[in-house]
Amino acid sequence: MSGDGSLEALRRSGRIVIVGASLAGLRAAETLREEGFTGSLTLIGDEPDEPYDRPPLSKQVLLGKATADHTALPRRRALDAEWRLGVAATGLDMSARRVRLADGDEVPYDRLMITTGVRARPWPHPLEAELDGVFVLRTRQDAIALNRRLTAVPRRVLVIGAGFTGSEIASACRELGLEVTVAERGPAPLVGALGGVVGQVAAELHRAHGVDLRCGVMVTGLEGDPAGRLRRAHLSDGTALDVEVAVVSLGATRNTEWLAGSGLGAGPRGIACDAGCRAFDVRGIVTDDIFVAGDVARSPHPLFNYQFLSLEHWGNAIAQAETAAHNMINASADRRPHLWIPAFWSPQFGVNIKSVGVPSLGEEIQIAQGSLAEHRFTGVYGYQGRVIAAVTFDQAKWLEHYEHLIETAAPFPPPGTTVDRRAEGLRPVPADFPDPSLPTHGPTVTLSGYSPTDRRITLTPARA
Amino acid sequence: MRIVVDLNRCQGYAQCAFLAPDVFTMHGEEALLYNPYADDTQRENVARAAAACPVQAILVEDLEGAAGAAGHPERAEPTGVR
Repeated sequence: MSGDGSLEALRRSGRIVIVGASLAGLRAAETLREEGFTGSLTLIGDEPDEPYDRPPLSKQVLLGKATADHTALPRRRALDAEWRLGVAATGLDMSARRVRLADGDEVPYDRLMITTGVRARPWPHPLEAELDGVFVLRTRQDAIALNRRLTAVPRRVLVIGAGFTGSEIASACRELGLEVTVAERGPAPLVGALGGVVGQVAAELHRAHGVDLRCGVMVTGLEGDPAGRLRRAHLSDGTALDVEVAVVSLGATRNTEWLAGSGLGAGPRGIACDAGCRAFDVRGIVTDDIFVAGDVARSPHPLFNYQFLSLEHWGNAIAQAETAAHNMINASADRRPHLWIPAFWSPQFGVNIKSVGVPSLGEEIQIAQGSLAEHRFTGVYGYQGRVIAAVTFDQAKWLEHYEHLIETAAPFPPPGTTVDRRAEGLRPVPADFPDPSLPTHGPTVTLSGYSPTDRRITLTPARA
Repeated sequence: MRIVVDLNRCQGYAQCAFLAPDVFTMHGEEALLYNPYADDTQRENVARAAAACPVQAILVEDLEGAAGAAGHPERAEPTGVR
C-alpha cells in the first residue's frame, strides 16, 4: 500500500486476520485498535480458550496457588473482533490472500499476522508417549492433567530435560513434597541457555532441594504395565527407575506445518522475517502483507550481529506483536524495527533467575557481583570484547545496569568497579556452552543462519 | 479480576505483597508469585498494589468494576494500569 490512499482504506475498512490467539496475537490485536484500525479483525486459535498466560502453569498453578483455568490474560482494551477459537488454521493461499481452517472454512485477509507460537516437543516414541502418566506442559489442558496427577501424590516423578520448564517443574514437585528424578542429557541443568558455569549452580540448587539429578544421561525408554500405565523408565547408563509420572520437558517445536507449501519462508526454525516483522517468502523476498510475531518468528537483531533470533520469551511476544501491528498499518517511512533486548525470568528452588541479552552468544562469563557459592550473583557474558548478556540469581535490581551496557556495546570485561565484587569475579572464565554442532538442550534462544529458505536442518545424533 | 505481572520489569520490591498479600506473595528473597485471578473482595487491595508498584509492572483488567462478559472472549474496556 502506498500513498495513494489505499493505506487509509486499509486502516478504515481493511480485513486483518491474526492466526494464533495467545499472548502475541492478543497484544497485536489490541495495538491495531489502539492505533486506530477500524476495519474487521479476526483472531483464529486452535485452542478453545481465549488468550491465557502460560508462565504461571509451571509455577503458581503447579504449587496450587492459582488454578489452571484462571490464567486468562487481562485485556488492555475492548477489541471488537471476531474470534474463531478451537479451530486450527490448516493452510495459506498467499496469492488469493486466504487462510484455510480445519473446519473447511476460508478466511480472506488484506493483512495477515502470524502468531502461532510453539508447542511442547512430544516424547519421540508415540506409543510410549501415550502411556498413562506421561505428560508435557505447555497448554492449560496439559496443566490441568498434570496437576490432577500430582495431587494424587505419585511415588516418584521423572522430569526429562532440565531446561527452564523442566527445572521449574522439578522445583514445584519438591515443594509439594514429591520425590523427583531429573534426567538431563547435558552436563548440568540450563547449560544450553546459560552455560556450564551457571549450570553448575543450577545443579547445586537441584541437589540442595532434594532432587535426584542425573546429568549426562538420556531416557532411552518408558515402560508401561499391562493396563497402559507408566511404571518404569530406562536410562542410557543402563539403570532403570520406577516412576508413575514422567514430564517430558524437551523444549518446543514451532507451529509452522500449516504453512508447508504455501510459499512462505516457514520451517522447523520458525518463520523468518525482517526487522520490521514482515515475513520472507521462500525466495527470500520480503512480503508486505504478512507479518510475524512471538515464539514462531525469527528476526535479525542489529545488536547481535544481525543474527536471526528466535526468542521464546514472554516479553518478546508482546514487544514484537506491538511492532508488527504498528508496521502493518503504517507507511514504510513510519515503520519501526523490532529492537527488543531479550529478557526472561525463571523462579526455581526459591531463587529468582533473570537474564538480559543473549547469554548463549557469550564466550566468557565474569561474576561481577555476589558469589556463585552463595547462589546469589550477577554473571556478565562477553562476546568479542563486548558485553552481550547478563544473568542474575536473586540480584534482579542490577539487570537494568547491564542491559544498558549491552545496548551501548560496552567493553568486556565491564569497566569500573562494582559493589560486592569478590575474588572469583576478578577475571572472566570461559562461559562453557555446549558444542553448538551437537543438539542443544532446550535453550530459549536458538541462532541460525541468514538464509530464510534454508530448511535443511541436520541433527547430529546425541552421544548417549 | 484478571491480573498479569510483567516479571521482566518486576524487581522484587514486594510492595504488592504488603498491600494485597492474598494475591501477591514473595517466594524466596526476590521472586514474586501471584494469583492471576483475584475475586472481587480483593479489588481494593489489588488496586492499591498496582498503584504502588515502583516499576508499574502490574496490569489489572476491570479494576473499576467495568462489566465484562465473563467467559466470553470479548471483554469490556479495561481501565487498569499497565
